[in-house]
Amino acid sequence: MSKVRLLVGTRKGAFVLTSDGKRQQWEIDGPHFAGWEIYHVKGSPANPDRLYASQTSGWFGQLIQRSNDGGKTWEPVGNQFAYDGVPGTHQWYDGTPHPWEFKRVWHLEPSLNDPDTIFAGVEDAALFRSSDGGQSWHELPGLRGHGSGPHWQPGAGGMCLHTILLDPRDPKRIFVAISAAGAFRTDDDGKTWRPINRGLKSEQIPDPNAEVGHCVHRIAMHSSRPNVLFMQKHWDVMRSEDAGESWREVSGNLPTDFGFPIEVHAHEPETIYVVPIKSDSEHFPLEGKLRVYRSRTGGNEWEALTKGLPQRDCYVNVLRDASSVDSLDACGIYFGTTGGQVYASADAGDSWAAVVRDLPPVLSVEAQTLA
Amino acid sequence: MIRVVLPAHLRTLANVNGEVKVDVTGQPTQRLVLDALEASYPRLRGTIRDHVTKERRAFIRFFACERDLSHEPPDTPLPAAVASGAEPLLVVGAMAGG
Repeated sequence: MSKVRLLVGTRKGAFVLTSDGKRQQWEIDGPHFAGWEIYHVKGSPANPDRLYASQTSGWFGQLIQRSNDGGKTWEPVGNQFAYDGVPGTHQWYDGTPHPWEFKRVWHLEPSLNDPDTIFAGVEDAALFRSSDGGQSWHELPGLRGHGSGPHWQPGAGGMCLHTILLDPRDPKRIFVAISAAGAFRTDDDGKTWRPINRGLKSEQIPDPNAEVGHCVHRIAMHSSRPNVLFMQKHWDVMRSEDAGESWREVSGNLPTDFGFPIEVHAHEPETIYVVPIKSDSEHFPLEGKLRVYRSRTGGNEWEALTKGLPQRDCYVNVLRDASSVDSLDACGIYFGTTGGQVYASADAGDSWAAVVRDLPPVLSVEAQTLA
Repeated sequence: MIRVVLPAHLRTLANVNGEVKVDVTGQPTQRLVLDALEASYPRLRGTIRDHVTKERRAFIRFFACERDLSHEPPDTPLPAAVASGAEPLLVVGAMAGG
């Protein structure tokens, strides 16, 4: 019988949550790396028992942990993230040049077909790759070096590369997103990159055609249609039909289009999910009601999903890497909150239940569907 | 034999209990002790000082003999009591943050 494993990163450790295919009863294992910030944990699609975790601390810096048994045991691997060549400068909050400085790994994206190859999105924004199971890391410098790097500025959470999408049909195509620079694409395995932000509108940017400077919070795709991208921007939910060449807004009837995560249903490429948040200065749900919104039309027409979610006095946030879907039928969808709850829906969002309620603030959730 | 006391998180990472002991050839300094420590426990590389610059991480402090040695140049000889093994070198996570 199929199983689902949730890999949960929190402010104070990692947790591994497992259930059978019914997804009603869950076992909770953890904390792993207790006391450390675990920004992200993700498994290899080619070998689901091969996991990687980004473990970080203001005191002790960055570690990468690797597991070969689905998270039962771990070993630290390489933790040296050295920018290629002279790092140069980006813009600081006040507009002055600021040296590129490695701070932490936000997101780990294992290769679709090689368990030893993995990408790391880091702060200050850059993309690294390891081809030896995380033992050594090498920057793909064409991203920072494509020309606009000196104009990138950090978002409120830092200048982080937080989204990495690997095109399942074209192994040389990778999409990334950076706060607050925007979205970028390579078509030559990371050698050269270009911004793909046409159509994004950000009120704070005077130039409506600005190449960079957009605070993209998350991008998602369905593996069957890698040219169709969905984006949760700082404000606005966006859609691209042409691999990011152009974007159009699909916020439609959302009560607020600010938010962080965005997900695509595992079997329905036009069914997408967001968690609207009141505003950029009030990072909590509108009216104290935690509502996931689902569109079955690829955007514009949204319905609130509330069954099983708190509908009063709820003021948590859902961070950009803290949602995921499984590939069972019906599709399971999951998200974690800054209040430490992990919610699960085994019916594509129609109803929800808390898997666990009192973890540390949740930074990331990844679902694995296991045979 | 130099005695080193690590903060709890680094003891867990290095998989050690209590003090660790490292051998240093010649006059012990911060640099030589950390070189020996990282050679014995490679998992600690990058957690106390930068991989490349070897600069102390901002929220790490070094104490010994009731003195704060954090701002001593890394090649300054450690106190005689540390060199003799009478006192440990304390690696401390600064009291900052949550």
